[in-house]
Amino acid sequence: MADAGKSPHRIYVEHLEKGELAYQFSPEAGKPVFYPRVLCPYTGSSRLEWRVSKGLGTVHATTVVHPVEGAPYNVALVDCDEGFRLMSRVEGVAPEAVRIGQRVRFKVHRPGGEEDPMPVFVPAEGV
Amino acid sequence: MEGLERAGAAIVGVAESDLGQVAEGMSVFDLMAQGVGRALDDCGLTLKDVDGVFAATAQSRLSVLGLCEYLGLDPPFIGSTIVGGSSFEYHVAHAMAAISAGLCSVAVIAYGSTQRSVGRKQASAREINPYETPFRPFMPASAYALAASRHMHEFGTTREQMAAVAVAARQWALLNPAAWEKKPLTVEGVLASRMVSHPFTVRDCCLVTDGGGAIVVVAPERARSLRKKPAYVLGCGQSVTHSSISSMPDLTVTGARASGEAAYRMAGLGPADVDVLELYDAFTINTILFLEDLGFCRKGEGGAFVEGGRIAPGGALPVNTNGGGLSYCHPGMYGLFLLIEAVRQLRGECGARQVAGCEVAVAHGNGGVLSSQATVILGTEATV
Repeated sequence: MADAGKSPHRIYVEHLEKGELAYQFSPEAGKPVFYPRVLCPYTGSSRLEWRVSKGLGTVHATTVVHPVEGAPYNVALVDCDEGFRLMSRVEGVAPEAVRIGQRVRFKVHRPGGEEDPMPVFVPAEGV
Repeated sequence: MEGLERAGAAIVGVAESDLGQVAEGMSVFDLMAQGVGRALDDCGLTLKDVDGVFAATAQSRLSVLGLCEYLGLDPPFIGSTIVGGSSFEYHVAHAMAAISAGLCSVAVIAYGSTQRSVGRKQASAREINPYETPFRPFMPASAYALAASRHMHEFGTTREQMAAVAVAARQWALLNPAAWEKKPLTVEGVLASRMVSHPFTVRDCCLVTDGGGAIVVVAPERARSLRKKPAYVLGCGQSVTHSSISSMPDLTVTGARASGEAAYRMAGLGPADVDVLELYDAFTINTILFLEDLGFCRKGEGGAFVEGGRIAPGGALPVNTNGGGLSYCHPGMYGLFLLIEAVRQLRGECGARQVAGCEVAVAHGNGGVLSSQATVILGTEATV
């Protein structure tokens, strides 16, 4: 494996640093796997291929967190078109305007400092 | 559960420790020991009889060692499976297996929490999930809120229907002198409360209290000679579907479907045989999901099912008769209290909230973020 010596999470973050949303694919199961792992949960095989998502998805579930202090913000589960689900947030609209079924597009968010880049989404009409 | 015998064990002693806001300086082991002492008194056994010890708490990683030390016991069998709030329903199955295998004969199962006194942040170690934590979900509420959003989307479940769950719990709590909440609650009151994680206001969410307790499990032959009427373990089942909410296979279907089926199969009973239901109501959506998944209504119909006071005092189906995690007590891992209330209902000890003719009770535990489900079906002597 070309990335020997790197954890699945490290590889995932390195893709994010390049602006890519990466996921794994299990050729034996014929299914995507997310979050990244060392073992396929469908087959038990360690053979997992890295792929890069096209970055389009659909909001599967959504909530608006109302912190005791500070502005409310969105937390969503997004189903990417390749068939894997991840937690994220939809930016660029009011948090309560995020709708289940809404089409969204990946972008990388770079918090800066010690924090790793994160996959967030913005509305993507008509795709 | 395959391999366990119907009515192969019975719960013979139950007790809460101090609840709500406990005395300053009380430890989780003080509360566990209080529960053990009271539960043994309840059935007429003593610490010398105890040869199986089970414990779980969010505030001690090696909780069963702490409890054994505190009680001065070196028991041949110990267990501290920890799967959140459903831990104690697992412990019942494990105690039953140990008793059946001759590994112990008198098992105590104990819990303690001082999360209200010490603060939620102190009460459980923060766990970082690199695929969720950066998005700042308010856990566990946001995970259940995501599941609720899906239930609302797919089935048209409303905030008012979820609020009806909280109102019913409050009505039951007003009949329970041990309940934390003492004032009536309305659907409007739930909806107008402070929003936590949409669609949940603070009144859709469980309480944050201290509390603990214990139960005593023995073989059926021994149970019949003790002080109180035994509650026989007729069935149990468990299911683990995920750990983090983003990995839940279907946000509207919980592992309660599988755990319930296993428990019903072992008991030879079905939903129609159940007189009282104690469901882990960490959030209002839980009660709706578990009523569906345990077969009391069809998938998607739970919202309509709880309307009109059906699960409230005087309704057709008594649910969470102690007031539940929403209004009675919720120290973080509520599952032990489901068992305590189910046993008391079967004994007929519940005073104003007693369900008449209660012969079969279900205690259904939930752990994590709908992650772990464990169903225990209990019955009186007449059901054995």
